[in-house]
Amino acid sequence: MVDAIKRPGWWRGLIGAIAFGAFGFGLVIALRAISDLPLYQTEQTGYPHVIVPAITAPLGFLAGFGCFDYWLRWAAGLPTIPDDHSQHGAKSWKDYFKFNTDHKVIGIQYVVTTFFFFFIGGLMAMLIRAELAQPGTQIVEASTYNSLFSTHAVLMIFVFVIPVFAGLANYVLPLMIGAPDMAFPRLNALSFWMLPIAGVLFVGSFLAPGGAFDAGWTGYAPLSTGAPLGQSFFNLGVQFAGASSIATALNFLVTIITMRAPGMTFWRMPLLVWANLSTSLLVVAATPFIAGVQFMVLFDRALHTNFFDFAGGGDVISYQHIFWFYSHPAVYIMMLPGFGIISEVISTHARKPIFGYRLMALALIGIVVLSYSVWAHHMFVAGMFSWLRVPMMITTLLIAVPTGIKIFSWLGTLYFGKIHTYSTSMLFALAFIVTFTIGGISGVMLGMVPIDIHVSDTYFIVAHIHFVLFGGSVFTIFAGVYHWFPKMTGRMYDEKLGRVHFWGTLVGTWGTFVPMHWVGMDGMPRRVADYAAQFGDWNLLISAFAFLLGAVQLVFLYNMVVSWRFGPKADANPWRANSIEWQVSSPPPIFNFDEIPRVVGGPYEYGIPGARHAIMAGEGAEVPAGEKSMVGTPP
Amino acid sequence: MYGRLPIVKMLLVTIALTVVISAVMVPINWNGQGASTAAPKIDHLLNVMIVLSAFVFSLVMVMLFYALWKFKAKPGDESDGEPIHGNTRLEIAWTLIPTVIVLFAGGYSWKVLDDIEEPNAKHLTVSVFSQQYAWSFAYPGKEYAYSEGELHVPVDRQVQFKMHAMDVIHSFWVPEWRIKKDNVPGITTTAIVTPDKEGTYQLVCTELCGFGHATMRAKVVVESPAKFNEWVDGLEQKLPEPFMEVLKEESVSNPPALDAGGA
Repeated sequence: MVDAIKRPGWWRGLIGAIAFGAFGFGLVIALRAISDLPLYQTEQTGYPHVIVPAITAPLGFLAGFGCFDYWLRWAAGLPTIPDDHSQHGAKSWKDYFKFNTDHKVIGIQYVVTTFFFFFIGGLMAMLIRAELAQPGTQIVEASTYNSLFSTHAVLMIFVFVIPVFAGLANYVLPLMIGAPDMAFPRLNALSFWMLPIAGVLFVGSFLAPGGAFDAGWTGYAPLSTGAPLGQSFFNLGVQFAGASSIATALNFLVTIITMRAPGMTFWRMPLLVWANLSTSLLVVAATPFIAGVQFMVLFDRALHTNFFDFAGGGDVISYQHIFWFYSHPAVYIMMLPGFGIISEVISTHARKPIFGYRLMALALIGIVVLSYSVWAHHMFVAGMFSWLRVPMMITTLLIAVPTGIKIFSWLGTLYFGKIHTYSTSMLFALAFIVTFTIGGISGVMLGMVPIDIHVSDTYFIVAHIHFVLFGGSVFTIFAGVYHWFPKMTGRMYDEKLGRVHFWGTLVGTWGTFVPMHWVGMDGMPRRVADYAAQFGDWNLLISAFAFLLGAVQLVFLYNMVVSWRFGPKADANPWRANSIEWQVSSPPPIFNFDEIPRVVGGPYEYGIPGARHAIMAGEGAEVPAGEKSMVGTPP
Repeated sequence: MYGRLPIVKMLLVTIALTVVISAVMVPINWNGQGASTAAPKIDHLLNVMIVLSAFVFSLVMVMLFYALWKFKAKPGDESDGEPIHGNTRLEIAWTLIPTVIVLFAGGYSWKVLDDIEEPNAKHLTVSVFSQQYAWSFAYPGKEYAYSEGELHVPVDRQVQFKMHAMDVIHSFWVPEWRIKKDNVPGITTTAIVTPDKEGTYQLVCTELCGFGHATMRAKVVVESPAKFNEWVDGLEQKLPEPFMEVLKEESVSNPPALDAGGA
């Protein structure tokens, strides 16, 4: 027992959380006592004795859990404990619940954790659709309803879509570029462990007096600055999710730029690597804005600053500018890694090189640059400076061009290929092209100011975001999970169940989100627990499809869990793919490579006799004829 | 290489599909009844976009399903496809053509926006006050006639709504007018509408404003100028003091119409 407390782990983490939490609580009470104030301040935006411990306790947990041990010893000049690799690899399921610096373990920790929140967020969606199945109020009252859709969106965005891509890339990306691990493995582990903290804060806000945060995931001031305590949990949760995201993006940037295997020039990187490079460029520069603006809201709430308090000289609309300066790039943060996954899956299963590889990579960079200049298209009716609408409309419409390039290039990749559709990942990739095209089209319509004036803040918006985030991002996530499941688990999943999941998801997605466009244009606003009776029939239909969509995800869950445990053993390269992660065993060896591979060609050279992407250890130094040797080039 | 593809047939199918989708979708009145001069312009813009989108969607579908039909691997075929890495002319085409399409959409939208926000010197100004969870309105003349929960405006005359939120952000939307604008605490926002059909409509709040958001509605009556004047004259309530304060302080008018040149 004493030993367990000394070692990094859950016991020490728990003690750290309690100790740091108690310190935070004590600090507030002591300061209030010596200032002659009432010990507890329980106005709805106050509660410093809850907010401060909600900051300190997670830090205490992280410290106790072992996230900072190595750094603290090093900073304090103590002898560091040599890494005996006990924090590397996973021998049993218990190792996934430990502080682990192996990118493959962290990748799986990410994916499993984020899917856990996906199912919680999904349950909330089911409750939302149950309430909306009929006009009037049946299941939850209006304020609970507001909490439900707010937490649904926040869980899906901050602890599912954004981090699940980080998780998949965490597993796959170092293998793809021939690196033994990420550049900063300890930072990588810290990044992961901040994520469940964010999720717990978001879900935990349901326990706060006044209920969970209910100002939408957008948390517009001054609704958010005056909201009950739950809003502060959102403000703080975003800090942990955001810090996690920024640290991971830095890690990816350094890893991609400095740790590619010899011979892997930028133009030989798989598009998934390009996609994560682009995403990371967005995350490092944009995420600090949402972290900042949520601190400003928290300060307005707890410290009575006047950032957004109009009576005190604050500026209400500036919240939206800062928020969307992050949150529009964020939609590309939630999409670009998916683009990378689709490129890998389509090229592999069409047995064809990516059509227009360089333009595909440049299109990603084009999206990164343009995405910083479109944020105010979320604010066409917000009462901002009116002239800003036109340039923001033009840039918004232009961003359809690089996106279109990607769609057409994937289609071009299929031509004169040998298209295999036996894998569920390919089905999701092909369906993604269709649904994302629709989401893109409604996006262009929303970019046009006069149409946006009519449909802004209606169900048309709800339809659009779900077409791009569910029909887009989540389809790519499924494609990615199915594609790399054999690599990550060493087992094959069941393709029959995969097909049930695919067709159910496709029908469910279209049935749920297509009619939402119609009711929105016809006059149904978003974020309402109750609506005019004329929309009743459509909403009943939408709810029915939504329940199908929800139910069929259980098939996915069953397939993943059972296949992971009992599935047939996977070969190293079941899809006959070219990229490096498929040239090592499934799952890969603990340190990835006995010897760093040497890259001698592009990643998608299907159909070229003798072409190689990489030469693995033990294969000798033979270089295919016609290829300029990059062997021995310093990294 | 691409000479082997039935390009002409694929284009014909794309156009046929575009015509079918447009023929089904354009006649549907997606936005519901229109009751302002802006409505037909916005609806027309939408219809143009539906046709353009139908073309893009059809093109993607034809390209996808032709490829799936023609290039699907036979069972057991483990060979690779043809190693085609790209086609510069094709790549330039699918960069430039969409650019032209979206720039056209942008230019056309700009023109429509300019049209629907064109101020008219003979407009009527109505002040709108929104608060959790109610709408109220003040009309000029007779020291601000005031009504709660019911808005009356004359038909065929431009109305400029000067909007004030008293607590959190609300949003003013009458679906039949196709016009929406947020009411923002601390500033005055403007919406310009010319109602052109008499009738009774509903004003809907479209910005989440708290637990009563879904029920924050008001009745909108568009009527003849004579009836409107009569109704305003019959109003007995006075503009409450806090609202009067806001009107006196009204200095920022944000946003002005496009051709008012900003500021």
